[in-house]
Amino acid sequence: MGRGGSRAACAAAAPPWHSLPDEVWEHAFSFLPAAADRGAAAGACSSWLRAERRSRRRLAVANCYAAAPRDAVERFPSVRAAEVKGKPHFADFGLVPPAWGAAAAPWIAAAADGWPLLEELSFKRMVVTDECLEMIAASFRNFQVLRLVSCDGFSTAGLAAIAAGCRHLRELDLQENEIEDCSIHWLSLFPESFTSLVTLNFSCLEGEVNITVLERLVTRCHNLKTLKLNNAIPLDKLASLLHKAPQLVELGTGKFSADYHSDLFAKLEAAFGGCKSLRRLSGAWDAVPDYLPAFYCVCEGLTSLNLSYATVRGPELIKFISRCRNLQQLWVMDLIEDHGLAVVASSCNKLQELRVFPSDPFGAGFLTERGLVDVSASCPMLESVLYFCRRMTNEALITIAKNRPNFTCFRLCILEPHTPDYITREPLDAGFSAIVESCRGLRRLSISGLLTDLVFKSIGAHADRLEMLSIAFAGNSDLGLHYILSGCKSLKKLEIRDCPFGDKPLLANAAKLETMRSLWMSSCLLTLGACRQLARKMPRLSVEIMNDPGRSCPLDSLPDETPVEKLYVYRTIAGPRSDTPACVQIV
Amino acid sequence: MAGLGFDETELRLGLPGAGELAARSSGKRGFAETIDLKLKLQPAAPAAVSGEEGAQEDKEDADAAAAAADEKMSMKRSASQSSVVTAEPDPDKPRAPKAQVVGWPPVRSFRKNVLAEKCKAAALVKVSMDGAPYLRKIDVAMYKSYPELSMAFQNMFTSFTIGKCGSHQQLKESNKLRDDLEYVPTYEDKDGDWMLVGDVPWEMFVESCKRLRIMKGSEAIGLAPRAVEKCKS
Repeated sequence: MGRGGSRAACAAAAPPWHSLPDEVWEHAFSFLPAAADRGAAAGACSSWLRAERRSRRRLAVANCYAAAPRDAVERFPSVRAAEVKGKPHFADFGLVPPAWGAAAAPWIAAAADGWPLLEELSFKRMVVTDECLEMIAASFRNFQVLRLVSCDGFSTAGLAAIAAGCRHLRELDLQENEIEDCSIHWLSLFPESFTSLVTLNFSCLEGEVNITVLERLVTRCHNLKTLKLNNAIPLDKLASLLHKAPQLVELGTGKFSADYHSDLFAKLEAAFGGCKSLRRLSGAWDAVPDYLPAFYCVCEGLTSLNLSYATVRGPELIKFISRCRNLQQLWVMDLIEDHGLAVVASSCNKLQELRVFPSDPFGAGFLTERGLVDVSASCPMLESVLYFCRRMTNEALITIAKNRPNFTCFRLCILEPHTPDYITREPLDAGFSAIVESCRGLRRLSISGLLTDLVFKSIGAHADRLEMLSIAFAGNSDLGLHYILSGCKSLKKLEIRDCPFGDKPLLANAAKLETMRSLWMSSCLLTLGACRQLARKMPRLSVEIMNDPGRSCPLDSLPDETPVEKLYVYRTIAGPRSDTPACVQIV
Repeated sequence: MAGLGFDETELRLGLPGAGELAARSSGKRGFAETIDLKLKLQPAAPAAVSGEEGAQEDKEDADAAAAAADEKMSMKRSASQSSVVTAEPDPDKPRAPKAQVVGWPPVRSFRKNVLAEKCKAAALVKVSMDGAPYLRKIDVAMYKSYPELSMAFQNMFTSFTIGKCGSHQQLKESNKLRDDLEYVPTYEDKDGDWMLVGDVPWEMFVESCKRLRIMKGSEAIGLAPRAVEKCKS
């Protein structure tokens, strides 16, 4: 829409418009926030390209190897906020060798040279070392936001450097990182004069923090809105922290268990009673039923509740959730069981996102299709689901699809691979086909259970807006992959494991891969010869293969028939990367 | 599409290879069955296994490479299932512990670690290696001896050590510790002291190990005498 308007304006002012000074265009571009719009506008003419390039404030790089850091910094000299993502998504599940790569250091070094005014940095699935954090602290004089998600390679020593060096820090957001605890009191390195913190999340940190120091920090940062504690903060300290920060909007509690004392309960209840603005609640590590009623006074205001690490179950859990009538987002473990989800369905009508995680990924599991059917029937705004369960039926999936055509994200994991419809013993093709046929806005899909090529025919034909597709233990021939690659118009990321897909569909649809961000295939039926052909045919793709550590040897000496255990293909304008470890080879 | 032989990729219901198993009641090969097959196949047909491993070096078995698609399929399938940790071959016990495949179900490693720690608090310990930018976690009680633990280290950090220093051969002998070794495994005991792995009987080590660090040999030199003293006292 914005594009159309701009074009009309150009046409009207045809003769003189190209003579407008760049500054004017740069100012005009500041009203165009969406990266996609900016990209499209930049393609219009050279002065727009110039103006867009110079005025770009936020840069997101979805694959750190898609462009060279120096080139990115040079092209967009005015960036204030950068986000870079590294390893493939399957790294979350241990499928990517730990030493694969995705070092943040080259990006930080390039940013330090070219973006001295940088204010925000986000890294996801990257290796961030203590030296990286020291460099951030030393290089950007107005640095404000550091967000690290699923990163590793650093310790509390690096955090100490950030605390000591970033005088204007607003957000320190550490989500699910592996952080080594080297017993440094990093929190105490925030200067006494430091008061700018708005977000502090160290929930993933193992080990103790100094509570007195934390209390002082919380007391002096009057704008603190988000505080997420780790498991080491005991329940009695939570109460005193809350008294010091009643303005919190988002809270991640620490350990939510203690022997029951009525005075501690009263203290907690009073503390929560003071938190009138609280909207988002998480943590509740090791929560015990006795203390859950302390939350009751904030339930009404909550829009987001993350109990995905709370091992509590039973009627107290369900009673608590049923009071949260305004929830839009709910993350829980399957300990809630089907009848708990039935209560969610009847109580939380504003729910938009539901995630249910397995409490024991290898155990019996508590959930069936029932819980999801109930929620889909009663929550009209539900559009995003992640659901781990033990069994499913086509009928249930068809009902869910009919109930909620507004799904944008549907991720269903049936714990046991190759599980058929437990009533009819049929594959789940019909059920997942119903999902893609009825949910026309679907952008993300993960499928599981017993599936044949038929389901891929349906996905390829109907899932026009699908951007990310995850497949495991599914399909029965090359045709399955062919259906996806020749259909799915908007596909950006495709990840496949343990499927009988071979070389032919990959080579036949090689051009499709250049329109996508990345393709991951592991334990399929690929050969080295096909990877070689693909690399020759598509020079702008980087074709990486990973074999078992013991089996890696010089690529040139291997015959074409050699099976390829793991393949990762992505488009890049930077050429082949030079930091591959021994277990990764670029074809 | 050109280049795609539809006669070969013809749409079939059921899983490939299901033909041989058609006699089975369901007519489909369930996941548990594929694992069952794999486990039986491995000791019974060592030739097939070595053929797979040696596929890169000796290519004189060109015939083996031209094996039927189904056979190749079962070989490849076994690649990810070589990571099977436990298996319950009896399909009549649905509640028994399930076979574990790396990365399945797709629960984040971070979440798994957190949950695992809740289940058995002190059993998991972190392993770090000097120069390696990542940590691992292991359950030391899973191993029976120092050599087994050394093998585990070797596998854990192999992709790193091959690329950087190739010292895994030396690690293998880490139970015979020497100052001149490039890397030596050390551990923090429950008193918070750093000791050399191998300084006390295995059972005592399992009891007291809080975390592990594979240290540069040069940095570990000071540890040895202290460890000996402590063991005697």
